[in-house]
Amino acid sequence: MAIGTSTGLGSAPADGASLLPVPDAAGRRMRLQLPRSPKVLIGLAMLAVFLIVAVIGPWIAPYNPSRSFSATASFPQAPSAAHWLGTTQQQQDVLSQLLAGGRSTVLVAFVAGLVATVLSIVIGVTAGYAGRLTDDLLSMLANFFLVLPALPLLIVIFGFLKTAQGGHDLLIGLVIAITGWAWGARVLRAQTLSLRNRDYVESARIVGERGWRIIGFEILPNLTPIVASSFLFTVLYGVGTYTALAFLGLVNPNHWSWGGMLFYAQVAGAEQSGYWWLFIPPGIAVALLGTSLALINFGIDEFINPRLRVAGLSRRRARRAGVSGLPKRFVLGVTPVVRQDLAAAADGTPGWGPGGRAPGGPAPGAGSADLISASGHAKSRRWRRGGGQ
Amino acid sequence: MTELGVTAQPPATGTPLLEARHLTKHFPVHQALRTARRRLRERPAGAAAAGRPVVHALEDVSIALPRAQVTAVVGESGSGKSTLARVLARLLPPTSGELLLDGRQMPASGAGRRRYARQVQLVLQDPFSSLNPVHDVRYHLARPLRIHGLGENAGSLEESITSLLERVSLTPAGQFASKYPHELSGGQRQRVAIARALAVRPTVLLADEPVSMLDVSIRLGLLNLLSDLRERERIAILYITHDIASARYLADTIAVMYAGQIVESGPAQQVTDEPAHPYTQLLLSAAPDPERAGPPVLAARGSPPSLVSPPAGCRFHPRCPHAMAICADRAPGDFDVAPGHAAACWLHAKDLDPAQAGPIARPPAGQPPAGQPDSARSSAPEPGEETR
Repeated sequence: MAIGTSTGLGSAPADGASLLPVPDAAGRRMRLQLPRSPKVLIGLAMLAVFLIVAVIGPWIAPYNPSRSFSATASFPQAPSAAHWLGTTQQQQDVLSQLLAGGRSTVLVAFVAGLVATVLSIVIGVTAGYAGRLTDDLLSMLANFFLVLPALPLLIVIFGFLKTAQGGHDLLIGLVIAITGWAWGARVLRAQTLSLRNRDYVESARIVGERGWRIIGFEILPNLTPIVASSFLFTVLYGVGTYTALAFLGLVNPNHWSWGGMLFYAQVAGAEQSGYWWLFIPPGIAVALLGTSLALINFGIDEFINPRLRVAGLSRRRARRAGVSGLPKRFVLGVTPVVRQDLAAAADGTPGWGPGGRAPGGPAPGAGSADLISASGHAKSRRWRRGGGQ
Repeated sequence: MTELGVTAQPPATGTPLLEARHLTKHFPVHQALRTARRRLRERPAGAAAAGRPVVHALEDVSIALPRAQVTAVVGESGSGKSTLARVLARLLPPTSGELLLDGRQMPASGAGRRRYARQVQLVLQDPFSSLNPVHDVRYHLARPLRIHGLGENAGSLEESITSLLERVSLTPAGQFASKYPHELSGGQRQRVAIARALAVRPTVLLADEPVSMLDVSIRLGLLNLLSDLRERERIAILYITHDIASARYLADTIAVMYAGQIVESGPAQQVTDEPAHPYTQLLLSAAPDPERAGPPVLAARGSPPSLVSPPAGCRFHPRCPHAMAICADRAPGDFDVAPGHAAACWLHAKDLDPAQAGPIARPPAGQPPAGQPDSARSSAPEPGEETR
């Protein structure tokens, strides 16, 4: 039987239930609230830019990315007013290729992420909830796909696909998803195992809920943060894998993508010859897309892991209160006690800053920061350390 | 009297609403290979292989819950109280024994499970985990109503939710209905859990330590709520607790459990005033008493036995201050000490010969006193392994 944990530290009960979306104070519908840290905001903004480019990129591209501007020039042209990012060896406009290639890359990555997430939910949650033989079989399947070397397998599959329909984004995304769902399934299975014996799941069973409803309405909402994080992770995997496959020349070369641009840059010997405009723009685009996904994932991570959240919040609060660099830690069961002798000893050591001041008579101007820190647990630790000097 | 445990007999007559007969629940022990091999090595060569070791969580428990009565089950942690509640709620299938609802057995199908859930509801111990944090109070109460077809349209559903919340004194109901579990206190959550159990208008309410996680100040309110349900709704209530004082306050009948068996049962007043089983006496002497000066005087110490290999004979005999030779050898049946009051203890047997009533041979391993035929119904799994 689960032991109640809400006697914990106020904002951060240690129970898994606290990983859950916390509704706002008004008690409205619960939703996933990402921490509004700069990391997450930057990540979301970057991702929004990439999504917009994916949608309108091919239309705002100045030229047809496949159009050759000169039949005579045999070297890539450096960036100029006509071609902001220069031209390729075939005298095609790099900026147009970059804008046109975004759609394919983003589409493949998101299709892969979506399909893989659905697969991992279906297989992982079913395995975790059903248990026994079903769990054994589905886990074995997931393990099989985990140990399968993804890239060589994809190379073989794309070898077959290339002639027929290698440029088909949906199909590519699907194939990448097949190699990428197993990780998410393992994580979801583990969390489902822990949720399925929670009291609220048993209560639903006592009330007479059917199995599928318990999975869909009692367990799945509690898995939302993990599903979201696993989705972003798979999208990231999709970006990397698609770029790698295109770079290896396994995708229809007339289908523009950032990986394909890198492939042509490699063919042109861009690195040796210093044609930086051939490989830097697509490289940076891939890197920034990956970064934006990772930044959002950090936010979800903070959200899932209450320890990170608490640390972040308290540090931020401490900064707002004007206390900087204070290693604030919650110590359960330790009540701050004013030790007169130690406090007096610490009074004479200005190196300890506001922490060393005797709480009996706070210096004027110390303000709220002093009050806050004087009531915190970290404070009592400080006094002890100060006294030990 | 052929059974091991005592049947918790209600003083009232008539068919009980929910009756459990000879319930036994064993959980297989998942053990590491090394432990299994060690056990195999240590096993005497002649001993018969007992198969996989199991936890004897419930051993031949019979209990009856009559209408409009509170039956309390008391016992210390690990005595099988919660397992009993879960088996009675059909969350766990019993290893053997039968469950009779209104004198009939319910089929194990999905529809049978729902029909059973319509009548028998269980309130779990921990109000902090028995409500899903992602759903509000309204959802928790609406689900049982919807599942069992009690809220046909939105208006009557809302009405039922309001009246349920008012019954458990969560007012204003409209405000509480849209709150999420984390916005409620422990007592309020437990009230919501009880309201959810009452939503289907059950005839049997199983309460698994409903107040043990709550603050003392709200316990009485919940106990009075249960008492009120018994009087007004004539619900049969099973009240599981380790607090014998609250059992006396609330219950009509008390059954005392020890190591998976019911060792004593009878009217609440009588069991607490004149406990017949040494374990009940021990339990009562350990209960806090404001009038007593100084620490409680305990007649026996020790801890509950391993349920994987419980002691042979009476399971309490290693701790019992009155243990006799027979106790280590044969499990006692139940002996009536008063009308409706029974105890599974050899002290209350009428005709024990002196050899049987003599001092216990310690250690009791494999030394049954002469003249004791080995009883076929002795449930001791491996007497040879008994080292206590």
